[in-house]
Amino acid sequence: MNVIETKDLYKIYNSTQVPVHAVNGINLIIKKGEFTAIVGPSGCGKTTLLNLIGGLDSPTEGKVFVSGNDLCSLKSTRLIDFRMHNIGFVFQSFNLIPVLTVKENIEFIMQLQGRSRTECNQRVDELLEAIGLPDKKNHRPNQLSGGQQQRVSVARALASKPQFILADEPTANLDSKATNELLELMEKLNQEEEMTFIFSTHDERVMKKARRLVSLDDGKIIKDLSL
Amino acid sequence: MKNYFKLAWRNLWRNKRRTMITVSSVLFAIFLALLMRSMQFGSYELLEREAIRNSTGFIQIHGQGYWEDKIIDNTLEVTPEFDKIIKSDPNISDAIPRIESFALASSGNLTKGVALIGTLPDMEDKITNLKSRVLKGNYFENESDQGLLVAQDLAKFLQLEVGDTVVLLSQGYHGLSAAGEFQVRGLLHFPFPEMNKQLIYMTLEASQYFFAAENRLTSYSLMLNEPEDLDKTFQKLNASLGQQYEIMTWKEMLIELQQQIQSDSISGIFMLGILYVVVAFGIFGTILMMTLERRKEFSVMIAVGMQRYKLAFIVFLETLYMGFIGVIAGAIVSLPVVYYFHNHPIPLTGETATAMLEFNQQPIIPFAFRADIYIAQAIIVFILTFVIAFYPLLSISRFNLISGLHS
Repeated sequence: MNVIETKDLYKIYNSTQVPVHAVNGINLIIKKGEFTAIVGPSGCGKTTLLNLIGGLDSPTEGKVFVSGNDLCSLKSTRLIDFRMHNIGFVFQSFNLIPVLTVKENIEFIMQLQGRSRTECNQRVDELLEAIGLPDKKNHRPNQLSGGQQQRVSVARALASKPQFILADEPTANLDSKATNELLELMEKLNQEEEMTFIFSTHDERVMKKARRLVSLDDGKIIKDLSL
Repeated sequence: MKNYFKLAWRNLWRNKRRTMITVSSVLFAIFLALLMRSMQFGSYELLEREAIRNSTGFIQIHGQGYWEDKIIDNTLEVTPEFDKIIKSDPNISDAIPRIESFALASSGNLTKGVALIGTLPDMEDKITNLKSRVLKGNYFENESDQGLLVAQDLAKFLQLEVGDTVVLLSQGYHGLSAAGEFQVRGLLHFPFPEMNKQLIYMTLEASQYFFAAENRLTSYSLMLNEPEDLDKTFQKLNASLGQQYEIMTWKEMLIELQQQIQSDSISGIFMLGILYVVVAFGIFGTILMMTLERRKEFSVMIAVGMQRYKLAFIVFLETLYMGFIGVIAGAIVSLPVVYYFHNHPIPLTGETATAMLEFNQQPIIPFAFRADIYIAQAIIVFILTFVIAFYPLLSISRFNLISGLHS
């Protein structure tokens, strides 16, 4: 089953002056349960591609389909709702809400979705158990290490039960130990819950764990390897 | 919804010092504004009270048409029913009957137009302290006293001294001629030159006889026990006295005073405006910083599924909280101060006090203790907050998500 499909996707910046083709005609299909790494040098278009797939940015040309829904045809407010229900995000610098506790950060999206308190509590407990931080429930983000914060951000991304998770350089700010722990967590979730992960990275350790490597250069796919 | 309030509240205290500074600026503005307005309104109330006491009373009853055409023919007749209605109203503390008209005063070869007031000596003294204005000679002995109290500059013009006689000539009721010779019983001093140049007091009885207007009055000034019930008493009198009388409140009669108060109040509002502009920029500065430094966070929240309008609502709540805390704190701090000065007005000393006493006014700066002053200031700050909150609303609705995520 195709979770993501891009068709002739282009993103051109400064199109009126000197055009920069950040994404240059990408056709990509991601199936359910894939554990895909998008790799390539800095400026090759990894983040732009993830932003387009995640509906954070709109393409200059082409289409992005998520489970058959054309993201480009959705209006701004509908697109935000679509992201909330279907896409999980993990950011390079964690980006947890600093004034909320770990529990509140995780249940934040569920509350936006209007889930019941009981359901939120149950899901938070499950996720805290899954990321191995049940005892940090009432801590604020600044009381956690970088690795722990990133695990919480994975839990936050999973809380809404999305169709896939987009992670932009998730290990860039982590040390080796935290990187391994995060990768193990993501792998576990991928295998046990069949959660689709797409992440951009230059980290060799992450690439080794990926089961599909999509290499980009100058906004184009130059290699697509299933491992 | 509860979570938005919680989130806004916690966001407010991310930078405690900055929030405290902003809240303090609102607090001090509210404190100063309340003090300033209370003092201003207190002075106005005193001015009105004194004007009521010294001239019109709270309510005046005239014969129909008198206020427009102040002639002796438009006097009212004091009937037993009229008297009964006035005396039976529990809110009327005092009633001063007067005859006021104009006459020619003559002494030797000198003649001058004068304003003549016939009144009840004891009642007049009780309300306006007329006795204290006697400079030379004596006050009226009783209600039948036939003497005159002449304002000092007028007496000087007519070359009158205590004990001299003066001839008064005027038009009496229904065209009769009014003429009489009276003895000067005393000389009066007033702070206003216009009053000093033209006023003559006589007893009501003597004036009614002089104008051939027995049992008639040009006005009946009423003092009230409860000034707050002015409208109630006014309506009651209107209903019971009927169409033949003209009943007016001080608000209708002292229009010029009210206009003066309004123009003075505008200068106060201008000062307040300056104060609030300073406060508005204080709040705006904080909100601006809070909005700018959290662009990435806002972007993340929108990225994960929060609608922009919900986010804007949270920031709006933060602005509102700041204004609300400042207003409440300012009101609490100013409350005991205003209350103290309301009960213990600031006494004036020196020349100012002497001048005020001469104008028959209390030499004090009183403070008004009124809920509407507090409510008005709170509303102003809330309006400011609403206006300021437009910036984050606009900013959040317009900013670019991708540049926000990379900021």
